[in-house]
Amino acid sequence: MAVVEETYDVVVVGAGHAGCEAALACARLGLETIIFTVSMDSVAMMPCNPNIGGSSKGHLVREIDALGGQMGINIDKTFLQSKMLNRSKGPAVHSLRAQADKQMYSLEMRKTLQSTEHLTLRQAEVSEILVEDGCIVGAKTYSGATYHCKAVVLCTGTYLKARCLYGDVIEYTGPNGLKAANYLTDSLIKNGIEMMRFKTGTPARIDRRSIDFSKMEEQFGDERIVPFSFTTDPDSIQKEQVSCYLTYTNEKTHEIIRNNLDKSPIYAGIIEGTGPRYCPSIEDKVVKFPDKERHQLFIEPEGLYTNEMYISGMSSSMPENVQYDMYHTVPGLEHAKIVRNAYAIEYDCINANQLYATLEFKKIHGLFSGGQFNGSSGYEEAACQGLIAGINAALEVLGREQIIIDRSEGYIGVLIDDLVTKENREPYRMMTSRAEYRLLLRQDNADLRLSKIGHEVGLISDERYAWVVKKQELIAKEMDRVKHVNIGANAKVQAFLEAHGSTPLSTGVKLSDLICRPELDYDQLAELDPEREALPYDVREQVNINIKYEGYIERQVKQVEHFKKIESKKIPDNIDYDDIASLRIEARQKLSKLRPISIGQASRISGVSPADVSVLLVYLEQGKYQSND
Amino acid sequence: MLQSDTIAAIATYPSNSGIGIIRISGPDAISCCEQIFRSKVPLHEMSTHTISYGFIFDGEEKIDEVLVSLMRSPRSYTMEDVVEIQCHGGIFILQRILSLLFSKGVRPAEAGEFTKRAFLNGRIDLTQAESVMDLISSENEKSRKNSMSQLSGVLSKKLGDLRGKILHEVAYIESALDDPEHISLDGYSEKLSSLLEELSLELDSYIRSADDGMLLKSGIRTVIVGKPNVGKSSLLNMLSEKDRAIVTDIPGTTRDILEEKVRIGDITLHILDTAGIRETTDVVEQIGVSKAEASVEDADLILYVVDSSIPLDDNDVRIQSTLKDHSSHTIILLNKSDLNSVVSEEELRDLGVQVISVSMKDGSGVDDLKQAITTMFFHGDISSNDDLLITNERHKFLLQQAKKSLSLVQDSIALGMTEDFFAGDLMDAYESLGSIIGEAVEDDLVNEIFSKFCMGK
Repeated sequence: MAVVEETYDVVVVGAGHAGCEAALACARLGLETIIFTVSMDSVAMMPCNPNIGGSSKGHLVREIDALGGQMGINIDKTFLQSKMLNRSKGPAVHSLRAQADKQMYSLEMRKTLQSTEHLTLRQAEVSEILVEDGCIVGAKTYSGATYHCKAVVLCTGTYLKARCLYGDVIEYTGPNGLKAANYLTDSLIKNGIEMMRFKTGTPARIDRRSIDFSKMEEQFGDERIVPFSFTTDPDSIQKEQVSCYLTYTNEKTHEIIRNNLDKSPIYAGIIEGTGPRYCPSIEDKVVKFPDKERHQLFIEPEGLYTNEMYISGMSSSMPENVQYDMYHTVPGLEHAKIVRNAYAIEYDCINANQLYATLEFKKIHGLFSGGQFNGSSGYEEAACQGLIAGINAALEVLGREQIIIDRSEGYIGVLIDDLVTKENREPYRMMTSRAEYRLLLRQDNADLRLSKIGHEVGLISDERYAWVVKKQELIAKEMDRVKHVNIGANAKVQAFLEAHGSTPLSTGVKLSDLICRPELDYDQLAELDPEREALPYDVREQVNINIKYEGYIERQVKQVEHFKKIESKKIPDNIDYDDIASLRIEARQKLSKLRPISIGQASRISGVSPADVSVLLVYLEQGKYQSND
Repeated sequence: MLQSDTIAAIATYPSNSGIGIIRISGPDAISCCEQIFRSKVPLHEMSTHTISYGFIFDGEEKIDEVLVSLMRSPRSYTMEDVVEIQCHGGIFILQRILSLLFSKGVRPAEAGEFTKRAFLNGRIDLTQAESVMDLISSENEKSRKNSMSQLSGVLSKKLGDLRGKILHEVAYIESALDDPEHISLDGYSEKLSSLLEELSLELDSYIRSADDGMLLKSGIRTVIVGKPNVGKSSLLNMLSEKDRAIVTDIPGTTRDILEEKVRIGDITLHILDTAGIRETTDVVEQIGVSKAEASVEDADLILYVVDSSIPLDDNDVRIQSTLKDHSSHTIILLNKSDLNSVVSEEELRDLGVQVISVSMKDGSGVDDLKQAITTMFFHGDISSNDDLLITNERHKFLLQQAKKSLSLVQDSIALGMTEDFFAGDLMDAYESLGSIIGEAVEDDLVNEIFSKFCMGK
């Protein structure tokens, strides 16, 4: 029987947030790319929360944008409400979050995929990867079609052998009742990939007409909307925003949950997968935090073309009737009508220790993966991995050197390094506390940090990059200038300081000294700075932050220098750790299993001590001299 | 891990030998040493492979008379700038100088680190790589065991608790930053500031206990001086017999002296030069005076014995002038004999030195002496808190690091910085304390956040 046989450069499996970025990156770099989805209607679907960004995730979106990815542009076109979180805190933790119109987000992304040259979007289930001599050569669909290729990027999300559960109901589907992908796992196992099982969950969606919003607090967006993408003109996205609402659970809610715990598949032991602690089900919250009298719930719109409201803070896998009972105890939800039930979902994924930081499998050349398949959680975490996996797949096909964003360059680097280096026992979520150099990795400077890489890869245009370079120059020049502008202790200055609640000067200072004062900033001080030239907002913002926090920033820059040093000590591929007798056995085993690419990465593996790292350094040095002989 | 910083350690075997050497290696070896070492020609102006004579100062206090050798990169063991301070032996002095260096930005060398640097810088032959690696791992194991055994269970628990408190605060801050709509930080800085004050005080008490602990462990190098026949040997006998605790006779290795260990309660005194005291023939006793001049330099404590029935004479004047520079750690023991008293306490007190009356006959006054030594060398009552003593210089260094980190947080609070600026320094303190009790950091923070604070969606 004749079967379909086609040839592409790259095959991307899955068209969620990771798959879309991967496929777009490959196609934009000129490679013939095909992306498979189980349903054409689920491209870039948001099966859980209806927002993009938030603490640390907002950073990821900015970084994706700076590298030439799509997520930021897509949300700027389809958001309903936007908020900069932590505005009262330091700049490192400012985080942008936007409520998305889910349907529009998906449609907009599909439109983008379908209008990108070299990119084919295809509905089909990939059931096999084809590997020859440790190299990927293609993929096969369930229908039997073969797609020859040089690289495959796996972005299967939560679809592999997925099952959804609530109460004693088990549906063998992916999210939202979409078809699960039941065959690919076996093919992966056959090719030596180790699989594991994770779990996550989502709350119910409730008909907006059945909600009494008068019993809730309305939550508005920011007055001035800041875009995600560095390419979006802020003026172009100021619009009327849709509100969210705040309400709370209460003792009655908790009582219902406690009385029905035995009916939850997690507590009944039906679910085996490991769930994330950071977005616990309401059952978990009630059990683990029995002292809390109430839990916050945010009621968020899912889109302009649906009545559905997302009940953030109340994901569950209770039986349908219990779900009704517990939602009905919440002020404003007394008469709530459920549109979609809350459910837990279990799926196959991998331990990402099997990957290099390039997101290529160590064992299979040309096979890459990204997103929830790698054991992460969240749209943004998925998208950034998809982007890196896609870029590297393309670079490999093009015979170019692959990229790794390191921990000092971006949250993306922190995320991927954690995934591929550390033991990961639950779906991994980004957090600002995971970034040790977070003062340098701000959302406001993502373009300055990463555009160079994006440009070298080929996803950032010359024109866009030229502006970043120019911006850098302007910032440096202006920082230098404010450090030399003298401010005398004259009457005008003293009056200005008094008006701004700042201590008067006893002697002359530099303008930069005043910027450092917590109650003052660069823009306010324009009054005392007649020589100042007009500069764009994003330049002024950088000058202000860099001057204000200079001491802290310098300390981190020093730490990064040290980090870079040990990161640049590469460990050769062919090292045999069993040769190094002085290494402790535990360290030898861990190193053999993980095969870190640098001394830096080795030092972050749990179970590898500083003394082991020293031994390793000595061993490498010895090798270096020997190979020079 | 890579050689960008400067390290130091005691290079000689830690004993009470007459001379000890501290080795410093790294780019800041010279500048750091210069901050505590005063000599005619500043160290940085000296050429390589030279020796300078001078003094170690802690602020304005003169600590020791030393010789400092300088070996500039690359002509040194590690191929980095190396400075070696040759000082007067006792562990007390060595540790004090080492602590001073640590306070100037040098850090304690890790196990086998000098050798490791020597190798990585290409100083040591390749054939020795194997042994360098063995050295690192065996030294590390040794120092780890040593370090743990020197930490009492009580102290380990206390440090663990302190550490737990710090982690809890970081987790609180981080969960609030991560989920600002659920967790508020209003008024938090003030609360944190007062907690940090408490924690710093606690750390202070451990740091002080480190000085006590290390000194208790090493003993106090003591020299007994006085002209012939004033009762030096009687004093020695009395101290020894009091507790019947003569431990060893250690023949001196570098000089022809004998040393004796004597305990007064919890305090150990290493009495130097006991040969000169124990010999009863006049000839040797005569030497007592001139020997005194030499050995006071080596001593942590000088006991100057005066017999109340023998008038002060030229010998005393000579001794007193020798002691002039050492009055802070000298105690005069006025031996009250039955005979007519011709020397009074008041008269001796005019020398600006503490005077204690003792009777060699009935052993009275020993408790006063013990009290005086305790006040002179220790912080508070030493016998009651044995379990809380830090006896390891690396532990002390780490405690100081932790305290420094906490004070950086206080600075940030005072500057009006927002909470996100606190976390880094708090975690540094957490890590320093973790290194003392031997616990790695790993994912503690994330675990704490999830287990203590209810987060998110």
